[in-house]
Amino acid sequence: MQARKLTQLNWFGGLAGWIWLAIVLIPLYWIVVTSFKDQSAYFTQNPFALPSAPTANNYKLVIQSDFPRYFLNSVIVTAGTIIPAVAISFMAAYAIIRGAGSRFLAGVNGLFLMGLAIPLQATIIPVYLLIIRMRLYDSLLALILPSIAFSIPLSVLVLANFIRDVPKELFESMRVDGATEWGMMRKLALPLTRPALVTVSIYNGLGVWNGFLLPLILTQSPDKRTLPLALWTFQGQYSVNVPAVLASVVLTTLPIVILYAVGRRQLLSGLTAGFSR
Amino acid sequence: MTATAPPVAPPTGRTEASRAGSSGAGRSGAVAWMVLPALLLFVVFGVIPLVGVLVLSFTQWDGLGAIHAAGLTNWKSVLTDSQLPHSILVTFEIMILSWAVQTPMSLLLGTFLAGRQRYRAFLAVLYFIPLLLSSAAIAITYKALLDPNFGLGPGLKLGFLTQDWLGKNTLAIGVVIFIVSWQFIPFHSLIYQGGVRQIPTTMYEAASIDGAGRVRQFFSITVPQLKYTIITSSTLMVVGSLTFFDLIFVLTAGGPGDATRVLALDMYKRGFMSNQMGPASVIATLIVLLGLALALILRRLGGSTTASQQEGA
Repeated sequence: MQARKLTQLNWFGGLAGWIWLAIVLIPLYWIVVTSFKDQSAYFTQNPFALPSAPTANNYKLVIQSDFPRYFLNSVIVTAGTIIPAVAISFMAAYAIIRGAGSRFLAGVNGLFLMGLAIPLQATIIPVYLLIIRMRLYDSLLALILPSIAFSIPLSVLVLANFIRDVPKELFESMRVDGATEWGMMRKLALPLTRPALVTVSIYNGLGVWNGFLLPLILTQSPDKRTLPLALWTFQGQYSVNVPAVLASVVLTTLPIVILYAVGRRQLLSGLTAGFSR
Repeated sequence: MTATAPPVAPPTGRTEASRAGSSGAGRSGAVAWMVLPALLLFVVFGVIPLVGVLVLSFTQWDGLGAIHAAGLTNWKSVLTDSQLPHSILVTFEIMILSWAVQTPMSLLLGTFLAGRQRYRAFLAVLYFIPLLLSSAAIAITYKALLDPNFGLGPGLKLGFLTQDWLGKNTLAIGVVIFIVSWQFIPFHSLIYQGGVRQIPTTMYEAASIDGAGRVRQFFSITVPQLKYTIITSSTLMVVGSLTFFDLIFVLTAGGPGDATRVLALDMYKRGFMSNQMGPASVIATLIVLLGLALALILRRLGGSTTASQQEGA
């Protein structure tokens, strides 16, 4: 039956699948190829041709325009968001599952769920006001704190789904052995939900690494720029030099692609599990 | 789940255990504090700004100086301003058209990816790459790619690709919808892939015994069985489309003219470029209300999705 299903399986879907692959890859191929061309080759060559004289000058130009600094800022903001965000979301998810029946916790859970339905970016003006009043404007912390808050709802939802799967008997037997809730969270729930923790970290990390609105509004000085904002200003400065602009696109994306190559199995399966329920 | 779990102890010491609190209340007291750090941050940077946006919509503020109460002035001026219906129209146009492009395509690709062949897993890995790029990077790339003088069209000497894509109103909206689809179809395909894999194969077996072909099976089994997945995916698309800020900001900055000035961009321009935080907060309030209303309507359409999400243990 399975074999029959597969042979029949749908040439239409297959066709769409390969066409979509082309749609996805053609622009990506073009970015990479062009980033190794010099400007004259860019203007004269066929856009899909490999560079006749490949050059790394575009990359040099990008790296010399302070990209290491922006890269470091992005790393600080992303790590500074994800580590605390996942830690406190995990604690909250644990409490919500273990304390089921408590009206307080049910209410908090409802609040987080509501956060999923609200486009939180629309609250940027009061966030801006808050950040100014906290005297955090134009600092990396100004990006980290709201980012943590914005990533809580989805993290709690996904982590709670996974903690719910931990068999109750395991908790029971640990408690018999005298474990506290804190101990059970660390020694039982934490290792068993590790795949979900990785998924949530990557997913939120992606959002923060690529975030544009918060850096645009909450920072000002060039030395506080994160990569997407740097990309935008770089593009403004070098708009004529398309190969250099595309080299900057490659450089900002490369670390993520490498991480994806390492952790893709986890991310893809985790995302499917987290959203398809 | 590869982690080792502690061995299950034999049921000795039962009396202490039940005394220690199998009652929900006693246990919840011991864990409730763990929710506090997340709650605190979410309240400060999520809930308070949510209330704040409503409060600020009744004030006058230039973003730097003092904040003054302004009563209903902002609401009156924004609601009678001809910019607002235009922005709402553009927002809905992009929302509905990008939903209509993404949903059938994601369904099709998701069903295709649900097959277990290795090349399909490989395709799924490649499909995902656009999601790794920032919207800013994507916008910058397409801006160069679609350039009427030096982009792909003139480079390949293809007339139909050589257009002033971002300079004409309808074309610019079409480009936004295309890029949004390019960026997010992979993500929704993945959601559908997971959904399709949860459909019992026995249903398909029964259907093919009854002589139903692939197309028939797709429409009478796959699509109805994916009801909740469709609702989840549509909710993410629709609510997400209210926040297409960075893509449009970098790509067209709302142009040509005001052709792609969606609500989020309208908010930004009023607030941070014209320094009118009051009217901008009116727009922000409308975005929040719109997001909530759309999420509720979609949830009503599909029964309760959050319940189904919580049940699926």
